[in-house]
Amino acid sequence: MLESIIQNLINALQWGSFYALIALGYTMVYGVLTLINFAHGDVFMVGAYIAFFAATFILSTLGLPGWVALALTIPITMILTSIVGVSLERIAYRPLRRKGAHRLYVVITALMCGLILENGNLAIFGASRKAFPELISVHVYTIGGVSFTNLKIAVIGTAILSFFILQWIVTRTKVGMAMRAISYDKFAVPLMGIPIDNIIVITFILGSAFAGLAGLLFGMSYPILEPYMGALIGWKAFIAAVVGGIGDIRGAFLGGFLLGAVEILVVAVFPSTYRDLIAFTVLLVILSVKPTGLFGIAKTTKI
Amino acid sequence: MKKKLAAAVFTCSALFIAGTAMSANTIKIGYNIPMTGDIPKVGESSKFSAEMLKADINGAGGLEVGGKKYMLEFIYEDNEAKAESAVTTALKLIDKDQVLAMIGPNSSKQAVPAGQVADDNQTVMVTPWSTNPDTTLDRPWVFRAAFLDPFQGPVAVNFAVKTFNAKTAAVLYDLSNDYSKGLAEIFRDVFEKKLGKGSVVAFESHGTKDQDFSAQLTKIISAKPDFIFLPDNYNQVALIVKQAHQQGYKGQFMGSDAWGSSELMTLCGDDCKGLYFSTHYAAAGATGATKEFIDRYTKKYGYVPDDVAALTWDATRIVLQAIQGTGGLTGKLRKDRKAVLKAMSAIPTFAGITGNMKFDEQGDPVKCAVVVKISDSGTFEFAESVCP
Repeated sequence: MLESIIQNLINALQWGSFYALIALGYTMVYGVLTLINFAHGDVFMVGAYIAFFAATFILSTLGLPGWVALALTIPITMILTSIVGVSLERIAYRPLRRKGAHRLYVVITALMCGLILENGNLAIFGASRKAFPELISVHVYTIGGVSFTNLKIAVIGTAILSFFILQWIVTRTKVGMAMRAISYDKFAVPLMGIPIDNIIVITFILGSAFAGLAGLLFGMSYPILEPYMGALIGWKAFIAAVVGGIGDIRGAFLGGFLLGAVEILVVAVFPSTYRDLIAFTVLLVILSVKPTGLFGIAKTTKI
Repeated sequence: MKKKLAAAVFTCSALFIAGTAMSANTIKIGYNIPMTGDIPKVGESSKFSAEMLKADINGAGGLEVGGKKYMLEFIYEDNEAKAESAVTTALKLIDKDQVLAMIGPNSSKQAVPAGQVADDNQTVMVTPWSTNPDTTLDRPWVFRAAFLDPFQGPVAVNFAVKTFNAKTAAVLYDLSNDYSKGLAEIFRDVFEKKLGKGSVVAFESHGTKDQDFSAQLTKIISAKPDFIFLPDNYNQVALIVKQAHQQGYKGQFMGSDAWGSSELMTLCGDDCKGLYFSTHYAAAGATGATKEFIDRYTKKYGYVPDDVAALTWDATRIVLQAIQGTGGLTGKLRKDRKAVLKAMSAIPTFAGITGNMKFDEQGDPVKCAVVVKISDSGTFEFAESVCP
């Protein structure tokens, strides 16, 4: 009994890591722009595909060993995915912001961008699944009836490390201070000489780079890629960010792990048929007790 | 402006008249297949197989019906592997494209609802791959080329009990898929009847879009089954088998015919080697007409045809034989469709490349199933054949 509890906890940590990494991107963009970037789940999907192409190219064309490929794929994926994220901001969100469009229109634009990424992928690469190449050989360790792999530990470790990096950037650096300032008052900030557009670009770079990293890790853990893989996980990560208190890095991180844990533990205790039903009921209860999420602060908006 | 418009209208109507005039010498058959969505390889196999057959017949001057030669026109429509799209696709093929008969959908998830549409609109539909009984049940217009799950379930049970010496089993299935759910329930009932109540130690489900199965697998592995029965589509099989191994499971899996895609091994790799599944035919070691089909397909498209390709070939040939059996087409669609239905039921034993079959009163063929083993080189090797 005890081993199955520990086993489930490890599973929950791994699954929650993906929610957490994606939720971090949602929450960063929301924190700065109060924009729900619904394309974020699909940026994650694009990240997984970029990682797939980079890894396959390095492995088969350049013929390098797996660990070199992994070491190269991580920066390539993060850089290229952040370019995709920034392009979305430049092409879709910035013009609307310039014209002073209401936030609602930007959110709808984000939804459409996500659909364009999905269907663009479908049109270019076709519907057949891509099998992600094996970059590191997966070892299974069994200690006292609990099985885990080196990959699982790496995923969980990366998620925790990413959280500390982002938390440090937002709370301890000048850029982070500027981000918080923009979210506090976006009209006064330019008057203080802070380049608001640059800060927003940095926000998108950070959010998308970590979505790309999540895509790479996801491809390594669940090695089958398809164009719609980002949609559902993106939605759920958004819910995780809201439950954690959207706009707060700690909230996104904890929310991600919370959702992962609830989903896995529900299946562990109840029949698996009821997973989403019970998981989302739990989240609904949390939100009805604390509508701003675990770390959220109630804000009044002037109309 | 007016002149241009008039010219355009004229051209259009000229084309239309030419089109209908041409269609007098063609026979249209619609394909309701998944070219995108969860199982795109299934649609591709169907299409490739049908294209090969069409090229054969049209290359020989067309299909002879009642002393007149007709060219074949196959219309491929994508149902995105969704139940609701399969319904609209079926309607489109019947009403807009005015096909004489339909092939597909392949999965029971789409074939069960699309079968209702075909039956309501009085158009013959033959599903190559659907094994759920509901597809053809009480629907005189719907036929199939595959065996049924109530037959496949016991095949899997008997094989596993005999080969793995199994006393207990676990089942993991896709809840939102008619095929997977139906087969999982049949398997559980048959297994418990044979080995006593409680011998199915875990009966777990998941959703179609799920990617993480660790919680279900933890439950299953801690119940220590002798093997896991996995009636799932090939894309999920690859994920589930890999994750089970990563959780330290070293036992056997028994699969069903939805495993049999040529893409299974690309996605699953070494993890799937040495596993067994029940299916419609075994490509490795085939003889006669089956071998000829496999060789030609492999040469043309570069991979060994999976069971969907072979079943589509058979399904299309059954329909064409029925069309020939009408003894002549009148050109009136409703009348011709009725004639095709009559001819379908009148077909005696049909010698297909997936085995001989004869339709019973429900439109289901009586035919054999095979169990294949995935060899170390990744081919599907014949292990056992079971006939009703």
